[in-house]
Amino acid sequence: MTVAGLQALLSHWRRNPWQLFTMIAGLAMATALWSGVQAINAEARASYDRAANALGQGQYAQIVGRDSAPLDQAQYISLRRAGWLVSPIVEGELDLEGERFRLTGIEPLTLPRGADAPAPLELSALAGFIAPNGEILVHPDDAGTLANTDHSFRPDPGQTRGTLTADIGLAQRLLKTDAITMLLVLPDQPLGQPPLSTIDPSLVLVEGQGQGDVARLTESFHLNLTAFGLLSFAVGIFIVYGAIGLAFEQRRPVFRTLRTLGLPLGRLLALLAVELTLFALAAGAIGIALGYIFAAALLPDVAATLRGLYSADVTDTLTLRPAWWLSGLAMALGGTAAAASGAFLRLNRLPLLASTQPRAWAADAQSSHRRMAIIAAFLGLVGALFAAFGSGLLAGFALLACLLIAAALALPLTLDLMLRLGSRLARGAVPQWFWADTRQQLPGLSMALMALLLAMAANIGVSTMVSSFRLTFTGWLDQRLASELYLNTTSPEEAALLTGYLEDKVEAILPIISIDTRIGDLPAEIFGVLDHATYRDNWKLLDAVPLVWDRLAAGDGVLVNEQLSRRENLSVGARLGHDTVLGVYGDYGNPAGQVVLGMDAFHARYPDVAALRYGLRTGVADPKAVADDLRRKFDLPPDALVDQARIKAVSLQVFERTFSVTAALNILTLSVAGFAILISLLTLATMRLPQLAPVWALGLTRARLAALELVRAVCLAAFTGLAAVPLGLGLAWVLLAIVNVQAFGWRLPMYLFPLDYLHLGGLTILAAFLAALWPALRLARTQPDALLKVFSNER
Amino acid sequence: MLQVENLTKSYATADGRTQVLDGVSFGMERGETLALTGESGSGKSTLLHLIGGLDRPDSGQISLNEKKMTGLDDRGRSALRRGTVGIIFQQFNLIPSLTVAANIAFHARLAGRHDPDWVERLTDRIGLTDQRDKYPEALSGGQQQRVAIARTLAARPKLVLADEPTGNLDEDNAEIILMLLLETAREAGTSVLMVTHSLNLAARLGRRLHLSHGRISA
Amino acid sequence: MSARSIFLALAVLPAAALAQGFAGLGTNADGFAIPQPDPQFVFPADHGPHPDFRIEWWYLTANLTGPDGTDYGLQWTLFRSALRAGTGDGWQSPQLWMGHAAVTTPDAHFVTERLARGGIGQAGVIADPFRAWIDDWQLSGASDWSDMTLSASGPSFAYDMTLTAEGPLVLNGADGYSVKSAEGLSSYYYSRPFLDISGTLTLLDRPVPVTGHAWIDREWSSQPLSQAQEGWDWFSLSFETGAHLMGYQMRQTGGSTYTTATWIEADGVATSYPDGAFDARPLDFTTIADRTVPTTWRVMLPERGVDVTVSALNEHAWMTTSIPYWEGPVSVSGSHSGKGYLEMTGYDGD
Repeated sequence: MTVAGLQALLSHWRRNPWQLFTMIAGLAMATALWSGVQAINAEARASYDRAANALGQGQYAQIVGRDSAPLDQAQYISLRRAGWLVSPIVEGELDLEGERFRLTGIEPLTLPRGADAPAPLELSALAGFIAPNGEILVHPDDAGTLANTDHSFRPDPGQTRGTLTADIGLAQRLLKTDAITMLLVLPDQPLGQPPLSTIDPSLVLVEGQGQGDVARLTESFHLNLTAFGLLSFAVGIFIVYGAIGLAFEQRRPVFRTLRTLGLPLGRLLALLAVELTLFALAAGAIGIALGYIFAAALLPDVAATLRGLYSADVTDTLTLRPAWWLSGLAMALGGTAAAASGAFLRLNRLPLLASTQPRAWAADAQSSHRRMAIIAAFLGLVGALFAAFGSGLLAGFALLACLLIAAALALPLTLDLMLRLGSRLARGAVPQWFWADTRQQLPGLSMALMALLLAMAANIGVSTMVSSFRLTFTGWLDQRLASELYLNTTSPEEAALLTGYLEDKVEAILPIISIDTRIGDLPAEIFGVLDHATYRDNWKLLDAVPLVWDRLAAGDGVLVNEQLSRRENLSVGARLGHDTVLGVYGDYGNPAGQVVLGMDAFHARYPDVAALRYGLRTGVADPKAVADDLRRKFDLPPDALVDQARIKAVSLQVFERTFSVTAALNILTLSVAGFAILISLLTLATMRLPQLAPVWALGLTRARLAALELVRAVCLAAFTGLAAVPLGLGLAWVLLAIVNVQAFGWRLPMYLFPLDYLHLGGLTILAAFLAALWPALRLARTQPDALLKVFSNER
Repeated sequence: MLQVENLTKSYATADGRTQVLDGVSFGMERGETLALTGESGSGKSTLLHLIGGLDRPDSGQISLNEKKMTGLDDRGRSALRRGTVGIIFQQFNLIPSLTVAANIAFHARLAGRHDPDWVERLTDRIGLTDQRDKYPEALSGGQQQRVAIARTLAARPKLVLADEPTGNLDEDNAEIILMLLLETAREAGTSVLMVTHSLNLAARLGRRLHLSHGRISA
Repeated sequence: MSARSIFLALAVLPAAALAQGFAGLGTNADGFAIPQPDPQFVFPADHGPHPDFRIEWWYLTANLTGPDGTDYGLQWTLFRSALRAGTGDGWQSPQLWMGHAAVTTPDAHFVTERLARGGIGQAGVIADPFRAWIDDWQLSGASDWSDMTLSASGPSFAYDMTLTAEGPLVLNGADGYSVKSAEGLSSYYYSRPFLDISGTLTLLDRPVPVTGHAWIDREWSSQPLSQAQEGWDWFSLSFETGAHLMGYQMRQTGGSTYTTATWIEADGVATSYPDGAFDARPLDFTTIADRTVPTTWRVMLPERGVDVTVSALNEHAWMTTSIPYWEGPVSVSGSHSGKGYLEMTGYDGD
């Protein structure tokens, strides 16, 4: 009975391969987008862990020199001799074969066990590793590049690309230093240990971060990606919902027959569940494969984004990790279950002798529209509560979710009202029928239209955010990069020589002087600025006391960047340590907090820090001539002088890559929505004949009917697009004013880009037109006897 | 008014081509009512569809109001359906998205002959004035057929083609529908060509043609 | 594989016996110096390191008693292991250092371990004045070892002790040339059995004043184990009569043993015994860390009328160091009574 029942059920799909394709394709696409995003996240997280382990950052507390001064070896020994279990790390940049590598020197005997990153060190290898010319661990992809150097390398997949790990002795020799960058503090320290300050007051203990700074900083980025993945998944699930619902409706006669023949309802439901599980697994597998391809294609851009925004190193090759493919399968199964639950509930209530007629689409459309609108209103209220009382990134996303779902649910009623208005205004039999018929199609298309609404709103919202960001960012670059030339020197002596020479050749020499520190346990930079018109004229302060530049120059207080201001709750007038905050400035694209001091105050506080970089205001002189002169005169390397334009170009390039992932996701989401429309229309096409045949019989040509079908799809897309614009702008506002502040620490002004929206609207209508084209052509070519069959007895 | 000459039509089926009509000729006068009877599959529906311009004959000639239909393209045949003939099927005649009133007026408006008074009278005549704002799905099968008749006659066609219009109804309802069709047609001076397999019903019409294996047999 | 276990594998100690892969280390000296018969030790210089030899240790064990009569055991060991013979500056030095410290009570056993590179000052030994250290652990004092202090600390214990010498150095084997196998593998080996010790143990922040008796072993070599040897059982026993017995057996594949012993009279006069004179047989076993370890022994040296039962104070004195072994205080009863220390290596998990 079970086998026969299953055969009867499955035979439906053999007869309707298109429906089967629809369901599998919808689910596979949904799973692909979801698991692709998850794959990217998993890879990035693995990279952070690797980095955290390799550098020992995050996981362990560290001891560093005050103001990031390097440590010398005697300090390490004196700590060990005082009973502090610490392990030395030296870090630096190394140029090999024309490429720059980040070299980390470790001491394997004292290294904490968890930070034992250069694992597979075999027995024979320890002697080889700590030998005078020991082995250097390198990512296998880099090993080829370095094959011809004098050093011996050991390929180790545990390394990140562009990084090298060597014994500390060798690393110090390669980096030409005797110093130690920092000491990792082991978790278990002995009894009776004296406090650090009594051993060496110049050392600072920095507590471990657990997850590490990078993971914390990038968390919001990944949450963003996950939200996008979920949105795409939801769009895909709309397709599956439609396909399952249709298949259930069409098989009602089969169900009834099976039940009449004695198949218990429970068994029938179980069989259907088995059937759907099989489909979900198959579609999930396809989706995961597609997701892998998708993620592999996007990962380099994501890696570039993370490098650009957060200086986080992420490998750009993808590994198959159970975490994401299992989640992909789970989402496929869960999504199918969610999409099928309605159909199952209906089936469960199906009386044995119910009408075998497929239920009229419009039957209870009105009441269901109203129900959805009520839920939408409720969600809107919840969203408003989140907006009013919520805080944090999750609240921002919750608000987004409420907004989007509420808008989607309200869409059918909105469209219905628009169409009713249309039919009210229509004159003539055909227009009147057109609007009435379009209203009738609404329930069948509403899922696809909701998907389209979400995709379009996401597009509008994200493109508004990105474009606003771009506008603000380029404006900000113009402010901040006011100097025509930037000079990099390698020592205070060289700096003195070059600035002395330039004294009377340029209008101003502005030292760029800073130290790295930590504020509230997160990285921060402290800058000193000269009192110069460049800053007064170009820096736009978000908020400031009167005469801020004079007071800064006088050492009355400090400026902080917006990120720090928000993070530490420092508004103008607040105290940061002993300093008063005089002003807050915008600092886009920088994960770290910044504090700006007047130059005198900076020198007084950090007498040992010397400026090695300078901004040069060339005034009337030609920047290129100044640069060429200086290069010739002092035989400077190309990097010593950088012009403003180049820095801007590089910054903008980082920016563009940052958002290329978002752009790709945007296009994919919109494509999925287009596909949803196509599928809905094709599905409806089979049910359309009874609705169209009478009109045809009354004298409308098939070509005209087909044309009207196209117009209908375009109209619906256009109406949806109209609804999507305010929703998208709302989305953009939430992204800019709430999510962005939480994620990056700065708020961006919102700009509107009507031409972009028009362009997107055009694209959407084109997508709807293309989606409707095939079903319309099929209709135009329908043979009369197919239409006539509608009226005949055999139906 | 209607002249059918030597009409043939065959369809491709699984067993090869089937000759559905094999040289059918007959004529109808204005105001005449004609019953077309025959076994299932004898070709009566096909003949009706050809006359209504819903399909094309393989050969032969149909003239309606002295106008030759053969050679008309899809557009021409659609225009014929809009203006000259009215077709009533056994079921699914109505446009589900329109109300009863809109359905009744629809054909007349397509034909450019919309007369609100006439529509009102017809609605009254079929006894559905109270239901005029309902949608077809809310009506019984008999009521739906009445709407179909009203809609057809509202457009004042020269010829009504009815394909088993009562086939789905019980006897009482069938009787009412037939009466309604014949009476309103007579009042409008419209010819009626009705396909039926019921000799009882056929007897109520002015003349009867019997179709057997694609030929007129009596 | 963690860096520490690599270190220990190289450090040869019990590792060579444990890890089947590096039996070669036991037999091939690889450019290292080899112990020669008839050594002429020069003190205090020989208390210092011998970097041309592969391995070396400064090994102190003590039996202690608290104010309430509770028995304690204490261990302090500094191992030196060379990747290559010789010295070097800074990180270039091929010398590696490892410290083990432990305190045993009747129901607890505290262990900790330290590792260090040579050449940078983190660990080392200087003969005059004597100082052996790794990190904050230290054994230091007069160059003749007459008065010394000892300290070590771990996450859950620490100790600070004072040592006073009571008797002479004792040379084991033939004037300090100790043969370990029938093939003639050997080491330089001397002991200092007569040491009074007192001080404070800190156990989980609780200070315990203790006094007792300590024993220092000094040994260096380049090839301490033969291929056929799996590990050893080493006993240092102090009898109430004032006499001492040091004896050990090298366990060889196939079940045979190679034994060595030194009998030390109360006045310090020592006699060495060749293979076969000393006999040790397990009487009872304890399962620790998935291994079966003998924790009660019958120990015999018939030529001195010794036939005693040696029982662990705490059978769970398991050293959870990178390469684990058993080391702890014992009590002695039978023909003689007293206390002592037992070390057992090479008891494999499987």
